[in-house]
Amino acid sequence: MKLPNKGVIIPWLIPLVLLISWQFLSWVGAIPERILPAPTQVFVACMELLSTGELVDHVSISLGRALAGFLIGGIIGFLFGLFNGVFRFADLFFDTSIQMLRNIPHLALIPLVILWFGIGETSKIFLVALGVLFPVYINTYHGIKSVDKKLIEMGKAYGLRGKALFFHVILPGAMSSILVGIRFSLGVMWLTLIVAETISAQSGIGYMAMNAREFMQMDVIILSIVIYALFGKLSDVIARYFEEKLLKWNT
Amino acid sequence: MNKIQEQGIGIQINNIGKSYGERCVLENLSLTIQKGEFVSIVGKSGCGKSTLLRLVAGLEKMNNGTIELNGERLDDLNRYARIMFQDGRLLPWKKTLDNVCLGLPKEKKENAIGALQQVGLKDRIDDFPSMLSGGQRQRVALARALVHNPSLLLLDEPLGALDALTRIEMQNLIESLWKQKKFTAILVTHDVEEAVTISDRVILIEDGKVSLNQPIKLPRPRKRTHPGFSMYVEEILGQIMHKKQRKANFDMLLSPSKEEQLLFNSINN
Ligand SMILES: Nc1ncnc2c1ncn2[C@@H]1O[C@H](COP(=O)(O)OP(=O)(O)OP(=O)(O)O)[C@@H](O)[C@H]1O
Ligand SMILES: [Mg+2]
Repeated sequence: MKLPNKGVIIPWLIPLVLLISWQFLSWVGAIPERILPAPTQVFVACMELLSTGELVDHVSISLGRALAGFLIGGIIGFLFGLFNGVFRFADLFFDTSIQMLRNIPHLALIPLVILWFGIGETSKIFLVALGVLFPVYINTYHGIKSVDKKLIEMGKAYGLRGKALFFHVILPGAMSSILVGIRFSLGVMWLTLIVAETISAQSGIGYMAMNAREFMQMDVIILSIVIYALFGKLSDVIARYFEEKLLKWNT
Repeated sequence: MNKIQEQGIGIQINNIGKSYGERCVLENLSLTIQKGEFVSIVGKSGCGKSTLLRLVAGLEKMNNGTIELNGERLDDLNRYARIMFQDGRLLPWKKTLDNVCLGLPKEKKENAIGALQQVGLKDRIDDFPSMLSGGQRQRVALARALVHNPSLLLLDEPLGALDALTRIEMQNLIESLWKQKKFTAILVTHDVEEAVTISDRVILIEDGKVSLNQPIKLPRPRKRTHPGFSMYVEEILGQIMHKKQRKANFDMLLSPSKEEQLLFNSINN
């Protein structure tokens, strides 16, 4: 039998050991159910919510918000980073203002956002977009600014200009920095969504957790947290995949 | 016809000067290069060889003077020329072949493969530059410059990282392409023998000026064993050394040695 690669197994050893000890401690009664339900109980709760379709609804709503906010914020941040990085006028015109806005913690805007947009979808997507925008902007901007000037000069000397210069030299040169920004902003995306959904929402995983608190459903609360952790890991895996694909020359 | 493929161009450099801030690199330098001529530039490290090449390539603006290409004044990028940079400058995110294809029309991909074959790297087409050795990278950069069939080829120490054998192979390659395509070539090198082997004329740059302009009148293909060969090499080396020596002697006459200085001081006190 061929064993799976040890690179695949080792990272999961700690979560696995934690899970088993957690289950064991709950089982012998060292952890009271009120404080922390056993993994099996969380699993049962998961199955129940799945069978009623509730879980799927909440998860898909949260995912939709995350994705919409990420795309809107990411695209705006990317475009601003691009233009300010490439065109000197845009840089002078926008960068100072963006840097000022960046220093406002976007979660501090929650009260304002609720007053503006209510507690509907718009407010959550707005907050996620805002949180995602700045890391993508900063890293795109710096990525483009720090492309090796000698390579740009070489490109020009070989007859590249405009679009060709951008796609052959500037964008690939900025790519590793852009991907760092995207990876970082994926973290911000989940964080913002959790906070926004927990404070004010009528659906989504955060709402599910808050709602469970009112009925003292510890298992559902834990389930929500586990789901967030899994999605966080998943987005990291996706980011890593793109890094490997786009930066394979960098090995 | 595309500018870059016009056959050979003449270059007229008139009294150009270039300084970076306070540091004056080239001063009142003049040089004429004939259509189809092969000129080598030698000189000490930091004397401004690369700077001169970059000026001819139009990558940098001079402070004064003019450069004319076939009588036409150069004031932007030099569209006749392809330059091979001293530091190679391959794009690390492109495979060897795509690096050579840079700025080349799609239908000329075959030529790129051919150029890589000429520099002996056809089997490394699918490798990224990070997987190549220093000399291999240099050869890719050479292929990239050659594949455009430029009417002016500017080479900045293209063979610096190569072993003696590969070096001679590449010299022969450059020479035979030059004979066949009749482009004008400027080669910067620190190897005087290389300069004498390959070029019609050797230029020495010193103190920002052309201090030696030595036509090489040896029959091609040139043999290093030819009696004239070592004569030329010695003459050029002599010129470089001679100046140095004369300057050293001169310095010695003017400035007292440490002992003399001490003596002088003690007498005065
Ligand atoms: N962009 C720059 N800014 C400031 N100084 C520069 C710049 N480029 C070159 N110089 C200076 O100009 C002088 C000549 O440089 P250049 O690169 O032309 O020398 P070189 O003759 O090619 O030397 P080498 O044989 O070592 O390559 C050097 O003193 C260098 O420090
Ligand atoms: Mg140089």
